[in-house]
Amino acid sequence: MNETLVDLSRLQFAATAMYHFLFVPLTLGLTWMLVIMEALYVMTGKQVYQDMVKFWGKLFGINFALGVTTGITLEFQFGTNWAYYSHYVGDIFGAPLAIEGLMAFFLESTFIGLFFFGWNRLSRAQHFLVTVLMAVGTNLSALWILVANGWMQNPVGSEFSFQTMRMEMTSFWDVIFNPVAQAKFVHTVSAGYVTGAMFVLSISAYYLLKKRDLEFAKRSFRVAAAFGFASACSVVVLGDESGYTMAETQQSKLAALEAMWETEPAPAGLKLLAGIDEANQRNTWELEIPWVLGIIGTRSLDTPLPGIKEIIARNRERVESGVEAVKALDVLRRDASDPQALALFEAHKENLGFGLLTRKYVADISQVTPEIMDKAAASTVPPVTPLFWTFRIMVLLGFSFIALFGAALWYSIKDSFAEKRWLLRWALWFLPLPWVASEMGWFVAEYGRQPWTIAEVLPTHLSVSTLSVESLYGSLAGFVGFYTLLLIVELYLMFRFGRLGPSTLGTGRYHWERQGAMQSA
Amino acid sequence: MMDYETLKVIWWLLVSVLLVGFAVMDGHDMGVGTLLPFVGKDDTERRVIINTVGPHWDGNQVWFITGGGAIFAAWPLVYATAFSGFYWAMLAVLWALFFRPVGFDYRSKIDNATWRKTWDWGLFVGGAVPPLIFGVAFGNLLQGVPFHFDANLVPYYEGSFWGLLNPFALLAGVVSSAMITFHGAVYLAHRTEGEIQQRAVRAALLFGVIALVAFAAAGVWVQAIPGYVIAAGADPAGLPNPLAKEVVREAGAWMANYRQQPLLWAVPALAFLGGLAAIWAVRAGRTFFAFWASGLMIAGIIGTAGVAMFPFILPSSSDPRSSLTVWDSVSSHLTLTVMFWATVIFMPLIIAYTSWAYKVMAGKVTKAYILENEKQAY
Repeated sequence: MNETLVDLSRLQFAATAMYHFLFVPLTLGLTWMLVIMEALYVMTGKQVYQDMVKFWGKLFGINFALGVTTGITLEFQFGTNWAYYSHYVGDIFGAPLAIEGLMAFFLESTFIGLFFFGWNRLSRAQHFLVTVLMAVGTNLSALWILVANGWMQNPVGSEFSFQTMRMEMTSFWDVIFNPVAQAKFVHTVSAGYVTGAMFVLSISAYYLLKKRDLEFAKRSFRVAAAFGFASACSVVVLGDESGYTMAETQQSKLAALEAMWETEPAPAGLKLLAGIDEANQRNTWELEIPWVLGIIGTRSLDTPLPGIKEIIARNRERVESGVEAVKALDVLRRDASDPQALALFEAHKENLGFGLLTRKYVADISQVTPEIMDKAAASTVPPVTPLFWTFRIMVLLGFSFIALFGAALWYSIKDSFAEKRWLLRWALWFLPLPWVASEMGWFVAEYGRQPWTIAEVLPTHLSVSTLSVESLYGSLAGFVGFYTLLLIVELYLMFRFGRLGPSTLGTGRYHWERQGAMQSA
Repeated sequence: MMDYETLKVIWWLLVSVLLVGFAVMDGHDMGVGTLLPFVGKDDTERRVIINTVGPHWDGNQVWFITGGGAIFAAWPLVYATAFSGFYWAMLAVLWALFFRPVGFDYRSKIDNATWRKTWDWGLFVGGAVPPLIFGVAFGNLLQGVPFHFDANLVPYYEGSFWGLLNPFALLAGVVSSAMITFHGAVYLAHRTEGEIQQRAVRAALLFGVIALVAFAAAGVWVQAIPGYVIAAGADPAGLPNPLAKEVVREAGAWMANYRQQPLLWAVPALAFLGGLAAIWAVRAGRTFFAFWASGLMIAGIIGTAGVAMFPFILPSSSDPRSSLTVWDSVSSHLTLTVMFWATVIFMPLIIAYTSWAYKVMAGKVTKAYILENEKQAY
């Protein structure tokens, strides 16, 4: 495969997925915030709660529109740009995507229409039910997508078939209850809840700083503080769960993001910071907390975690075995009943993916040299520096969210947050950070999986469609240009409606309407 | 567990159902989008038109998304080959669709004529372009598409975007566009009143006639283009391997299924009966009946092409044995079974709550409604 084609395909996927994930976490979190606010409305009958649902719902809608727009691409991009991937793993990977549509996306998208337009046609209880179903649909959507993504990281419940030349499902339940998928799901939706809570907290803080619509802002702030604190705690705890499943199933990713070159005696320490010397495979200095990584990664004190050098050495053997598997497969593709090839293939097939890595360097498997095998083995651990730092930024942000929401909750309970201007400013300036954390998290997950699209099964460079490089330049420019334009429009609307606040509902109850000053805003 | 061969046929039916569901459900709001700039003469009229589909377009669009997912899960080779082969056509569909979510949600949030007119044309593009391209794509499927697989089943597409725009395919595009616009016009007539309704009825008559005439013309033409026949090798019950068969091209081959099983003529007949009934009903003011009749017409038109090609899905013109069929482009037995049960469980639920959503929002959308809900309506 043409290297440029592979790089551009990856870049396009990364760009479209990262744009999509600017909108997803807010949707995930805000739906539950809307459920909580509407529950308060149904229970208390207070008008302000209905206004909250409608106003935050309006901002939710502005965000949701772009979530849908950018999501359409992702359902089809596997086919357009990753054709061989789609063939090779569609038997497993396609199922959760299709079920996501059937079970979740229909639910979410049908009820979002009633959420916006059903207020006067539904009873309070019915409308509340609609909001709940919308939230359930949104979150189920995330479940199935993460089942699909979890399988890319840890491909369980499946087996390669040389007759059909692809991976085939052997157990649907194993695919669903993949521990990596489950850990990723809860971690990802919690990150979404933090985003939703931060959004409401920050914008409410802005109204409080401007001393406008105080009752509306205070009640919103309180809901966000409580929901956000719970979510921020769970995102960190569940991230730790991800660390545990990673140590079992994705050792090369863990070793890379910890810059752990050597296998350290158990329990390994957790590096806070390090000076990474990638060329010489060592760290020049390290700031470390003893024991912690070993405990997170293995839940024990005596299981060692393998370092990068050990992983590469082990994978060198797997590449050698994989080359035999590829050779046998080539024979079997011509004559499926060749007994010698069949026996050889059975003996080596668990390393088939490692053999396929050599295709990046030479198309003909009989031309593979020991040097090529060395290169292939070395490529099985992703570049350390970008993973090490993005992971640390994400974790630091995670803890800082606990601090902010903790303070917000504390002063909510003491009922003095509206006067704490430092807290309100802190909340306001933190607004963009949950998005930064989410994008970093996805970078760690996806870049950390390289050189594979399906870990240890299918190399990235074999996964792409056989398109021309010109097509990729054109489509990449088109996507980035189109999305950027739409993002500018979205941000314009968000800022406009965010600044005007609940006055945009046209109820006559809020600041700018009472001033008769809508236009001057 | 059902046997593999039966499941393969069931999945051909289920994908057809999803395609028809997409055309009937998302089709009517795409038709409405296509008509928007022409039927709506001022801002309030346009808001009336948009709000007839406002609460529903998003749910309807999921037929498209789920259709894509189902093809991925059930026919991975078709998903891989068709979407990468039709790369620019597919991107044109996606980019056109981008205008819809933002068009619907953002248009009326700012009170500015230029802003709103711009989004109206966005909604037009989002409504008009996808049915046109899908029609053109179908026209190309009927003629065969230039692609082949290598021994490892890597697909290579040998054609170009411009090659898709041949006369027969463009006629198929006209069929598809006219039928979807007709369907949208019928729906609009059902949900509006007064002048907007009258204009919608006139549009329905125009596009209904175009759809039926173009469909009849395509039916005559298709007999002259070479179809595809499996000469040997495809094992309906066997493991899927598209390279294990021999395929020949033969003039009139697409009529073979109709010759062998004359009952299948009911499918194209349904298209004409549905279309004529819908045209009659929309003139007579029986718009609800007309909507379902035009839905039947859509099912008949899509079904006609599907039946003609069966068991072919994506015939290859340059390397006929690489052609993808119902027998050799499918997922494993287990995946087809799992997906079958997922569809059987969820499809009735989807239909039930979608019907409820339409019932809740039923009735005419009026100018008075728009003025009363200035801030809330689209």
